[in-house]
Amino acid sequence: MAVFNRVESSRKIENAIYDETVLAGDGWMHELKPGQTLRIIDVEGNQAADTLFFDAENPEDHYSAVSTIANQGNIYLSTGTVLLSQSGKELVKIVADTCGRHDTLGGACSAQSNTVRYAHDTLPMHNCRDTFMLQLSKYDSRYTKRDLAPNVNFFMNVPVTPSGGLTFNDGVSAPGYYVEMEAINPTLVLISNCPQLNNPCNDYNPTPIRLVIWDSL
Amino acid sequence: MSYIWKQTIPAGGKWSGRIGRGKSVTFTAQESGANASLLLYNAYDLTERYNMPDTLKAQHTAHLTKGHVLMSDNGRVFASITADTTGWHDTISGYTTRSFTQQKYGASTYQESRNAWRRNGEENFSMELLRNGLTTRDLVPNLNLFSKVYCDEEGNMNFVSSHCKKGDFITLRTEMDLLFVLSNTPNPLDPSKTYPSVPIEITVDEAAPVSSDDYCLNFRPENKRAFENTWSYDLLLGNKTLSTI
Ligand SMILES: [Zn+2]
Repeated sequence: MAVFNRVESSRKIENAIYDETVLAGDGWMHELKPGQTLRIIDVEGNQAADTLFFDAENPEDHYSAVSTIANQGNIYLSTGTVLLSQSGKELVKIVADTCGRHDTLGGACSAQSNTVRYAHDTLPMHNCRDTFMLQLSKYDSRYTKRDLAPNVNFFMNVPVTPSGGLTFNDGVSAPGYYVEMEAINPTLVLISNCPQLNNPCNDYNPTPIRLVIWDSL
Repeated sequence: MSYIWKQTIPAGGKWSGRIGRGKSVTFTAQESGANASLLLYNAYDLTERYNMPDTLKAQHTAHLTKGHVLMSDNGRVFASITADTTGWHDTISGYTTRSFTQQKYGASTYQESRNAWRRNGEENFSMELLRNGLTTRDLVPNLNLFSKVYCDEEGNMNFVSSHCKKGDFITLRTEMDLLFVLSNTPNPLDPSKTYPSVPIEITVDEAAPVSSDDYCLNFRPENKRAFENTWSYDLLLGNKTLSTI
């Protein structure tokens, strides 16, 4: 059994400068200034918040899943994890986490990967990579598909076994669980609140997430 | 081994090039302890690239060996692993950078060491990407051929030092026209204090067409659907089929 790094936050919602609920299947893109803290709340439990990060000062530098995990020598993200960009820049640090385990190997669902994983007739279904692309296309015309890289799946449990297996387990998350990250450098956060209807890990029922931001103390 | 093309990549070296579909591309470790960092792109649509998460989750695996296929971010098979003497290749540990390499193995400059200086994965990739019309923006998680990295129950990553033996090889059968970008630089998790100096030989030969009893095609139902996506793509492009199915 994994050692979960469960740390509660002392921040109070009434002191937040931003509070928004993102429904399942919707996207969100927002810049965090250094010292600002973002909390993602899994409102109803077992939801996946597929999240990408970009260096706000250099939009071509995106989150690197493999640099982040190789740097800490562990594949799971939790309190203490520093999320790195492709160039090695420190983007955000996870400072609180009541879920205890977040995945960054499973990536985001897409129309094309749905046809491979489930069935060819899932092609028209809504998916995270479409949400990412819609948000990027609305945000800034400099962004293209080239800027999509493997992402973080907050609240997802994707265990890897010593013999090299990979499975999708029922979430370790529950209603109200949250993860909180503080920006180290100016960071653009891109979220797709996963609309996946083919995977039992969310009980085939995607639900809202809530996003709360605090200014630096 | 027969081949239509052969190249040896020295330790620290790099290579990029387009290899058409229907070829067997064999990488052979010339000594023990090799690591070859590899990126793959669709030769004619460079926005389509190797996708680590799609490859792993579709095949329910955290490592790569014979039977597995390397999938693109568009749900297609880029290449199939048709032969492998090691049983495990890594795709979750990334590649080295200049600062990491200097910290770990000591500073090294061309001025001082000439061509024996210690090169790193990020810079090797950056140069070869630019040569092919891409930039560091196009960097994504890569393959590390010949490296075994397993995770314990807590998720801690463990590099297995004795994994790759002299003469070990892996063969990729190309299912699409691909751009290969290769850096013969260490796995970032290799604990060895000395910079590995293992040349890697690449040979390319014609592959037999994919038949209905193909091992990679039948490895998982997901693989079959990804092959079907590749074949639809070929049909629409007007390419001749490379399968006998
Ligand atoms: Zn999704």
